[in-house]
Amino acid sequence: MTNFVSLTRMRIQLALRNRMFIFFSVIMPMGFFFLYSGVFAQSVPYKVAYYLGPILSLTVMGSFWGLSAALVMFREQGILRRFHVTPITPGDMLASSIVANYVLTLPTVAVELFFARTIFHVHNFGDWSSIFLLMTVGIISFGSLGLVVASVTNTMQETQVINQLLWLPLIFLSGATFPLAFLPKTVQRVGLFLPATYLVNGLQQAVFHDRHPWQLRVEWLSLGSWAVLTFFVSSQLFRWEPESKIPRKAKLWALATAIPFFFLGIWEIRKDDIIREAKVSFFEVEHPAMPQMPPSVAQPEKPSASDPSGKPSQPAAKP
Amino acid sequence: MADSILQVENLVKHYGNVQAVRGVSFHVDEGEVFGLLGPNGAGKTSTVEMLEGLRTRDSGRISVCGLDPQENPGRLKHEIGAALQSTSLPDKIRVMEALRLFSSFYKRHRDPEELLKRFGLVEKRNAFYNQLSGGQKQRLALAMALVNDPQVLFFDEPTSGLDPQVRREIYDIVEELKREKKTIVMTTHYIEEAERLCDRVAIIDHGQVIALGSPRELKDRSGDKTRVEVRLTKPDSPDVLKNLEGVTECRELNGIYILQAQRPPQAIVSLVKHLEIHGNELLGLEILTPSLEDVFIELTGRRLRD
Repeated sequence: MTNFVSLTRMRIQLALRNRMFIFFSVIMPMGFFFLYSGVFAQSVPYKVAYYLGPILSLTVMGSFWGLSAALVMFREQGILRRFHVTPITPGDMLASSIVANYVLTLPTVAVELFFARTIFHVHNFGDWSSIFLLMTVGIISFGSLGLVVASVTNTMQETQVINQLLWLPLIFLSGATFPLAFLPKTVQRVGLFLPATYLVNGLQQAVFHDRHPWQLRVEWLSLGSWAVLTFFVSSQLFRWEPESKIPRKAKLWALATAIPFFFLGIWEIRKDDIIREAKVSFFEVEHPAMPQMPPSVAQPEKPSASDPSGKPSQPAAKP
Repeated sequence: MADSILQVENLVKHYGNVQAVRGVSFHVDEGEVFGLLGPNGAGKTSTVEMLEGLRTRDSGRISVCGLDPQENPGRLKHEIGAALQSTSLPDKIRVMEALRLFSSFYKRHRDPEELLKRFGLVEKRNAFYNQLSGGQKQRLALAMALVNDPQVLFFDEPTSGLDPQVRREIYDIVEELKREKKTIVMTTHYIEEAERLCDRVAIIDHGQVIALGSPRELKDRSGDKTRVEVRLTKPDSPDVLKNLEGVTECRELNGIYILQAQRPPQAIVSLVKHLEIHGNELLGLEILTPSLEDVFIELTGRRLRD
């Protein structure tokens, strides 16, 4: 346990001294924040609130870039070997990356929320417990995905290629860039097989529609169990040595991480909840009841618990 | 044998079709500096990494501090310290942070301040790892091997790639550890290093121990003959040269004639006479007192660093 704590502390220190980290984990998410809030949401408070879901999701999902790159670099440079002759276990190594990344991502999220309030006058952030829960399972699960990528690739180049291949569908088909409701039906359905879709939708519903954790149980439970699975797979595939080969079973293990969202996707296509929720939110943002509204009430009303459809009882906002 | 701190019996390791280690056996006593000497690719690093628990063996038996590295890796790692080959630390870790971090992993530890002083790194305590010179990095690697006050130290090619002056610094450090009666297992492909630092040496070639003993014993085995190495303008026959007065043996290696001489002055006089008669000339001549290199050449017919 103390090994894990000292490793985590070291990784936080190292990350803060690393310019790449600062760029990818602080500057880039902030860039997304201002792009979405200022341009897509045109600085309109309730629209900014709508886009906070995608903005926070991008910040969370970025975890897998940093974690995969760091682990591959540690292995390629022989840094992991040095730890291998100490009593450090693979579990210490992997868990410290996840926890350090968690600790480092939260301040960025806090600053984004702070700016949303001070610069863009968003006053209602919805359900804090849902936001916190989804952020947590999101950071852990996407971080673990990065560790799995690091384990099925040999070089930094390979890692970056795989990261790109994952990143593009994750951001384009999940609603993180284009709202899900805006995408063609087939693409929406593909999106339902991606963990990112559940994160984006969950965070959007938490902020924009004030959904509490029970209403978002599909989202956080699926991401939570995916986090456990991906972390387990990453620990099975962990390699200390740069020259040790990727076992053949590794690719099967890596594929196994897609299983939960494969089944959830099939189920969601039949139920259609996620897409319906996304459509409702999108509609509310595009057709507010009143075009001009004071920032303080720029939020839809909290849905009543008895409302079976989960839709808000009122469109976007009231004067 | 029973009181040896480290025992290896019939160790075997394959990588695919390549047999890297083929039945290596030796033992190391407490307080001894034991060297594995051999050319690159001889299987030294594979052997040491199996002892450290970094690699699994295919067969054979290993006991380090009474523990099997494969069955008890967790416990063993508290008892050993290692300076590995081809390893590194994160660029932006400071010297003192690295020492403190690594010592925090162990049950038993030494004072990092004392290690800094001892390895001449006090001024560099706040330097980032990537700001250190090759020699400083190696000194830090050795210091880090000592953070847990280990029972057995493993130094894998501790001076490889360092310039001669830095190499001597490292020798001084190892000699000091030797005076403290630390048990050290080191690999090297430098003859001087093995001769100067090791109490006993196992010469390894193609994954096998081909000779084992103290440097003195090994050299004695080579007959204590001085070696005269000559280069000639025209080729000559080793069979002719070995019949010259004072020469007991001759062989040719890459255009260099290696003469074993019991009485070097006589051998040189007779060689010069012989060359004059045959219109041949000396391009170069070197007289070498016996070293482990001779032992290696004698056993394998090759130089250590071919």
